[in-house]
Amino acid sequence: MSLEFLVASAIAVLVAGGIYLALRGRTFQVVLGLTLLSYAVNMFLFAIGRLIVDKPPLYARGVVEHADPLPQALVLTAIVITFGMTALTVILSLRSFLESGSDQVDGDGDPVREDAA
Amino acid sequence: MTLVDHLVVAPIVVPAIVAPGTMLVMRRRRMLSVIVSLGGVVAMLAAALALFGIAQDDAIRSYALGGWVAPFGIVLVVDRLAATMLVLAAVLALVVLAHAVVTGADRKGWHFHPLFHFQLLGINGAFLTGDLFNLFVFFEVLLIASYGLMLHGQGALRLKAGVAYVVVNIVGSALFLIALGLLYGLTSTLNMADLAVRVAALGAADQGLLRVAGLLLMTVFALKAAVVPIHLWMPRTYAATMPVVAALFAIMTKVGVYAMIRTVPLIFGSGAGAAAWVPAPYLLPAAMAGAVLGFVGVLVARGMREQAAFAVLASTGTLLMAVATWREATLAAALYYLVQATLAGAALFLVADATMRRRGQYADAIVPSPRFAGQDATGLLYLIAAVAAVGLPPLAGFIGKLLILDASFATPDWPAIWATILGSTLVGVIGFSRGGSTLFWKAAPPGTDAVTAPARSRVDLAAPLTLLTLLALLAVAGGWVTAQTQATARQVMAPDRYVSAVLGEGR
Repeated sequence: MSLEFLVASAIAVLVAGGIYLALRGRTFQVVLGLTLLSYAVNMFLFAIGRLIVDKPPLYARGVVEHADPLPQALVLTAIVITFGMTALTVILSLRSFLESGSDQVDGDGDPVREDAA
Repeated sequence: MTLVDHLVVAPIVVPAIVAPGTMLVMRRRRMLSVIVSLGGVVAMLAAALALFGIAQDDAIRSYALGGWVAPFGIVLVVDRLAATMLVLAAVLALVVLAHAVVTGADRKGWHFHPLFHFQLLGINGAFLTGDLFNLFVFFEVLLIASYGLMLHGQGALRLKAGVAYVVVNIVGSALFLIALGLLYGLTSTLNMADLAVRVAALGAADQGLLRVAGLLLMTVFALKAAVVPIHLWMPRTYAATMPVVAALFAIMTKVGVYAMIRTVPLIFGSGAGAAAWVPAPYLLPAAMAGAVLGFVGVLVARGMREQAAFAVLASTGTLLMAVATWREATLAAALYYLVQATLAGAALFLVADATMRRRGQYADAIVPSPRFAGQDATGLLYLIAAVAAVGLPPLAGFIGKLLILDASFATPDWPAIWATILGSTLVGVIGFSRGGSTLFWKAAPPGTDAVTAPARSRVDLAAPLTLLTLLALLAVAGGWVTAQTQATARQVMAPDRYVSAVLGEGR
């Protein structure tokens, strides 16, 4: 199996899990889903410079082939932004839960708990 | 380089300095922070007007940040379109900020002024940048600031809508990154001008992937612009936030439209192979659905803010109907409509704010209420704002719709466009008439509680009045404005000039 196949299927699994979780009703699962999705996007961005193993990104003495440095810079930016966003979503979900008493994404009452009551 | 050349970066640098400045002085000295904040927006308006004046010579200026030449460094590009959008954003920001200060909305939380300026930083950056990844970064800047502004003042309802808004936009950002990744993987560049050259030179094997990348990119812009069917986040968010913040957000949906107008003729123009005019077949039906749904929403809205949000949705739909045909004449009409729709949408939100502040416990609900102080003045403003939003004479909305109808007559889809615009306008007229008569004319049934609201001074009517005056001016100066928008559309539809301005004449 080639490295490309492995990376591609890893991204696919992450995206599938991310989409499934992001469509769930509770904020905790949605946050996890968004995190998985952003992992997948970061890996994808990293791979767009083509998968080159064991090569320097910018300069090394006597090396002709290089890895593409730009996707690495892009991934770094994307990771930082996603990190901040995830922190914000967590805080926002907590505040929403504390103020409305429900951890549903749409803020409405919890259907399961209401049925049980 | 002279100082005038460096003016290009001013709309980004000014808010970047003012935002932390206001944060430093906000807690101790409110007056000082208000002065700094207002001064910052005035400086931004001055810079935008100067750039607008400079862009009148029809040249496209490219500014290499840090002196790194394109396509390796990030460039800012000023042409007529960018300059027009900058002026629009600065004018709107000044009016909205003045309204926020006058009504005390900026005192509901600690960080209104810094967030406001970071929001402007993102908006201005998105208008100026000539690099696709940089566009993503500025989108994030404006989104992060908008999360804070949207939650300004707090409350359970606002938090609920806030969670959905943030989640939707994070997913949108993920899609944006995937689209950027695909484009970079295909072309090894993210500079828009360089992309235009390289996309046109792509081989047959990459055409399918290019089309996917283009469509993903357009999906993201459509999400920002609240295009049907991915608009559902918008009315809810705008109806839950403070009206003065929503008035500023009126330009945020237009940022998405701007991004489409910027990228499609440039990167996905006629030379782009399988991705030529990539959103065209889907955008027109979506825009029509947007116009209809928007005005139907105006008809059934339960509150003034919700109604204004649906009016913004309808205006985006009408606007995109003209954009979606991708012709010079329709684009010129669309740009005129874009300017007036932004101002009209903001005016509706500010009128809603002025009314809410006077109706006490009835707030902005569209139900009959007992007489309240200032009912006549707010009712009159509502009438004028509704006339502007729905596109009746004599305000600029009518001229905008007339221009779109006239320009789209030359396209094969004109019967559908005409039917949609005229039909949806009728629904909008009925919607606003119903809203206005319920709010301001209908007497409350006997026995309802009297309005308990403290007497208000009339200064908070100044901001909506200013916007409506601007709309009237836009109609009076229609000849000059349409000459401007036609020149802008001509420039946008000639991407070769953009490419040679950024990459040098050699390409």
